[in-house]
Amino acid sequence: MRRTARRRSTATEELQPIAPSKLAIEEVSKSFQSASGTVLALDRVSLNVAEGEFVCLVGASGCGKTTLLNIIAGLERPDSGTVQADGKPVTGPGRERLVMFQEPALFPWLNVFGNVLFGLKLKPNLTKKDRHDVAKYYLELVGLSRFERANIHELSGGMKQRVSLARALAPNPRVLLMDEPFAALDALTREQLYGDIQEIWKARRKTIVFVTHNVREAACLGDRVLLFAPHPGRIQEEFVVKLPRPRDINSVDLAAHATRITKALKSLGQAETVAVK
Amino acid sequence: MKRLLLAAAFFAVLLLLWEGAYRAKIWSPVLLPSPRQVVSYLESAAADGTLAKATVITMRRLLVGYFIGLVAGLPLGLLTARWKLFRDTIGTMALGLQTLPSVCWVPLALLWFGQTEAAMLFVVVMGTLWSVVIATETGVRNVPPIYRRAALTMGSKRLHMWFQVILPAALPFIVSGMKQGWAFAWRSLMAAEIFVTILTGFGLGQLLHYGRELSAMDQVIAIMFVIVVIGLLADKIFFSPIETFLHRRWGTSQA
Repeated sequence: MRRTARRRSTATEELQPIAPSKLAIEEVSKSFQSASGTVLALDRVSLNVAEGEFVCLVGASGCGKTTLLNIIAGLERPDSGTVQADGKPVTGPGRERLVMFQEPALFPWLNVFGNVLFGLKLKPNLTKKDRHDVAKYYLELVGLSRFERANIHELSGGMKQRVSLARALAPNPRVLLMDEPFAALDALTREQLYGDIQEIWKARRKTIVFVTHNVREAACLGDRVLLFAPHPGRIQEEFVVKLPRPRDINSVDLAAHATRITKALKSLGQAETVAVK
Repeated sequence: MKRLLLAAAFFAVLLLLWEGAYRAKIWSPVLLPSPRQVVSYLESAAADGTLAKATVITMRRLLVGYFIGLVAGLPLGLLTARWKLFRDTIGTMALGLQTLPSVCWVPLALLWFGQTEAAMLFVVVMGTLWSVVIATETGVRNVPPIYRRAALTMGSKRLHMWFQVILPAALPFIVSGMKQGWAFAWRSLMAAEIFVTILTGFGLGQLLHYGRELSAMDQVIAIMFVIVVIGLLADKIFFSPIETFLHRRWGTSQA
């Protein structure tokens, strides 16, 4: 088994990287009833995510990217089509596919440490000491060791999302599903978190599906960027971003990729307007 | 320290006004005894054990009834929050009965149970139960769905979800319902004790009632004072710490 550099020598089995899984989404469709009739949120979407891959889904609001994420998470069922994680069909939510939501979704009745422990307590075969070591490890990883006893409302927005990240990472999920996790944060905090997430992704070899409407963010983080088109929701185009990591959101190379994706996104918008006319 | 002094000064002034009104003889001393008379009644009632005995009897009725109300109310509240069938039936009933002043249970309790402890308990339980049911239901239904979703992805389900997510998330509502239930139970128990003499035990309400019968105003005022103090203590010892904790954790108050 491959071992990555670790900060703690006392780390247990829990901190060992496990072979990341692969996601196979095939012909997934999903529609919703709305006031204006039936909306086809996803129209026969197929997508494969390789082990350890970082895939970003971009697109305008309402193009079905969050719906797809929820379906992968098992929080929603597709009307048709299949989702497989590691070769097994997804039938409901599970801790091998943890979600990080746009809102922090931290539990206010627990302190920071209690929140990170929450998922660990649901994992079998861990001793109390294991859980505490793992929780401490991830709090250190996101740079919040000093705040483990803090109440949630005492944290800033960025700190809350860091705790959310630690909480999502702690049970060592194979897949991390992130739904615009940084959208509500200020630019500076966001830039720090871009660095953090790339570092963690590299160190822990996660498979990440990351939803965003920020093209630059997608180009900065993703190995692949999938452009979603709305009405009906579908994958329009795929961009492979081959830049060395860690990537700086402000780099010129990155800007070139972002521009390419933005252009495609804009032409999509125009096509949409024409179609409506 | 300054706050304490100010509060002490406030109550000292109140006492002085009372003493002044007594000395001015505006009202008959039968209607308005002096603070000293009230204190001396308290002293004698404390010395011969009347007060302690009555307090114990009243508190036992209150605590047992309140506990039953809580234990029954919490699950009923959870059921009404979870299933439409229970919401339409028990939920509606709870809403209706909660609007009924809990004193109104006293006549019914007496006819059903006679002059027994059961009648007292019944009144207290009815005072507690519906507030707790409604508060629990409201609390559970106000839990942001995102908590449930987040917990689901971490592998929480069924009982774990109820006890580790839904109930804690609803706690602020539940505690305020518990507090309201306590207040209702306390009021209805006093009403029941004043209305009915029950041979199995003389509570504070009965002391108050006999004070009136004997036109012993010092006794009436003294017992009222004891009832107020018990209410205050319940708040300070039991509810305040919980509320302070909730405010600190949830960040809902500056204090």
